[in-house]
Amino acid sequence: MIDFRQELDFDAEGPILAMEDLCKSYQLGATELRVLREINLAINSGEYVAIMGPSGSGKSTLLNMIGCLDRPTSGDYRLGGQSVSVLDDDDLSMIRGARIGFVFQSFNLIAQLNVVENIEIPMYYQGYSEHESAERAEELATMVGLGERLRHRPSELSGGQQQRVAIARALANDPLIILADEPTGNLDSSSGAEILMILDRLREEGKTLIVVTHDEHIATRAERVIRLFDGRIDKEEFNTR
Amino acid sequence: MFIFRLKRTIKLGAKSLWMHRLRSTLTALGIIFGVSSVIAMLAIGEGASRDAQEKIAQLGSRNIIIRTIKPPEDQVAGGQQQTLMEYGLTYDDAERFQNGIPDVQVIVPNRRISQQALYRNRRVSLEVVGTVPWFPNISPTRIRFGRFLSTTDMHYKQGVCVLDERVVKELFAFDDPIGQAVKVGGDYYRVVGITTEQSKTPTSPELETKDATGAKKAAGANVGAMYVPLTTVKDRFGEMSMQISSGSGGTLERVELQEIIVQVQDVDMVMGTRQSVQTLLSRFHKKNDYEIVVPLELMRQAKDFQRIFTIVLGSIAAISLLVGGIGIMNIMMATVSERTREIGIRRALGAKKKDIVIQFLSETLILTLSGGLLGMALGALIPFFVTHFGQMRTVITGSSLILAFGISGAVGIAFGLYPAYRAANMDPIESLRHE
Ligand SMILES: Nc1ncnc2c1ncn2[C@@H]1O[C@H](COP(=O)(O)OP(=O)(O)OP(=O)(O)O)[C@@H](O)[C@H]1O
Ligand SMILES: [Mg+2]
Repeated sequence: MIDFRQELDFDAEGPILAMEDLCKSYQLGATELRVLREINLAINSGEYVAIMGPSGSGKSTLLNMIGCLDRPTSGDYRLGGQSVSVLDDDDLSMIRGARIGFVFQSFNLIAQLNVVENIEIPMYYQGYSEHESAERAEELATMVGLGERLRHRPSELSGGQQQRVAIARALANDPLIILADEPTGNLDSSSGAEILMILDRLREEGKTLIVVTHDEHIATRAERVIRLFDGRIDKEEFNTR
Repeated sequence: MFIFRLKRTIKLGAKSLWMHRLRSTLTALGIIFGVSSVIAMLAIGEGASRDAQEKIAQLGSRNIIIRTIKPPEDQVAGGQQQTLMEYGLTYDDAERFQNGIPDVQVIVPNRRISQQALYRNRRVSLEVVGTVPWFPNISPTRIRFGRFLSTTDMHYKQGVCVLDERVVKELFAFDDPIGQAVKVGGDYYRVVGITTEQSKTPTSPELETKDATGAKKAAGANVGAMYVPLTTVKDRFGEMSMQISSGSGGTLERVELQEIIVQVQDVDMVMGTRQSVQTLLSRFHKKNDYEIVVPLELMRQAKDFQRIFTIVLGSIAAISLLVGGIGIMNIMMATVSERTREIGIRRALGAKKKDIVIQFLSETLILTLSGGLLGMALGALIPFFVTHFGQMRTVITGSSLILAFGISGAVGIAFGLYPAYRAANMDPIESLRHE
């Protein structure tokens, strides 16, 4: 097995991820549904990028592509200088586990596991020792303000707390890229604000952050806003702070 | 690290099975009953076969037993109104075996006569066995006290006897039987020894139903055997046993010997000697008035029967385990589709297909192996009750336990693999979108 921690050269000069004429289409009967069309995109390490666009414009599809959950129909996607198309399923799993942290709109915690156990999942697949992973999971839970709720089940937590667990879980393997698909979509404004503060903090720590959102307020926090329309990059805006 | 993962996997599997306790239990029941019935049936089968083997082995694997049987009516010469019926083995037969068959090493002719024995005011029915001093050599009967009949007893036609333990128990309440005189048919016999109980000798199955000699017929009512020198029996009861048979209008029956036991030197000679015995007898016996019982043959038949029994049992067990396995597969398919989203989450967080396969396969294995363990416990309990209440011998062999446990593991893998494979090959994105 190749160790992608070494194979993918994330520290090299140039963008951490790059897409070249990337297309994704679905075959629906006789018609071809083109969800992403000729996407050309480069994101540098440590950038905070927001992806916006109307519903159905392909935001989630693009994010899944970046997160190696999906493969392009055509075009090239390079992650850390390595073309993803030559990698097999195990390699992609390895990259997802070690280099990428996912945060979903619907939290996606596992119901029968408690806070610590949920945070431990990515570490389990990376082969952490029992002691190491438990310790780190508790640390992360405390960091997102859930030090008092370590043994609670997701059903015993508020939406905001659940999303904080999800963020802690996304950070478990110390990933380079955090991908969040409408992380505040299911939250009220105050819990949403807390989540955004945590994301800001991650940005300051040097993580690459890519957030899909409908919220213009969130977009203003990002350095770059990519606007999708009908599967194409319609516009790119850079915010200066 | 491997231990940690194993521990985690088992903990996780146990947890999700525990979440659906009732469902898991019902699913495991199929395996529990399958495994326990395999163990129980094998134990009963093994017990029965060992019983049979031991009984037959007691007859002696080097022995050939030739018995007098009453010939079928229509074979009797003359047909109607027969007043005297002569049949059965003779002293001449014994002599011919001795001289005519080279492999014969020991020969034991027996007279068996049903009689009443009297000691003080006690009276029991027993079987007088007129035999020779070397009888114990070819029989499982062992001396407990005193001695067996001697050549001197034989030579001088002594009025001595050896009793078996059951007769002693019935006849002598508190007295020491050795040296006491027991009265049988008007004569007294001095007790010189006590032997172990006489073992019931099974006949070949096809002859079981046919009417055997009077002595044998009454054997059920007799408490045991009284061994007397053959010469003494000849002297006191006459050359032949006379019996008034109850059927066919008061026929008188004359039989010289009820039994001749022949022993050969080596097991390999048994079948050949049986053939010679058969040939010799058919030359001198016009009527079908004897049967030849070969314990070795019975032993082989018992083994064959056991093999068939095992095959039938195996098929039944296989079917029941198949049904159990299908039940498990069904539940695992349901579990996988219920937990589609969990699978998507795990895949997004770095689980490889292999990890998902291991997760679901180990869940199935936990289910079937714990079912197997419970089935083993239950399967060990059933034979215990069968032995206790059914008075049947049962033997649980280690190999049957290992087999049953192995089967439950194999069922887990065979029926868990497909659901696990389905789980692993689900598209992560689709799974994440699944409600
Ligand atoms: N498996 C699929 N098969 C067919 N079409 C699909 C599939 N997955 C997504 N699509 C289509 O791709 C398009 C883009 O979907 P996507 O989820 O990326 O939109 P989105 O921008 O995230 O929308 P929203 O803001 O509502 O989440 C939609 O029209 C959707 O119907
Ligand atoms: Mg979306």
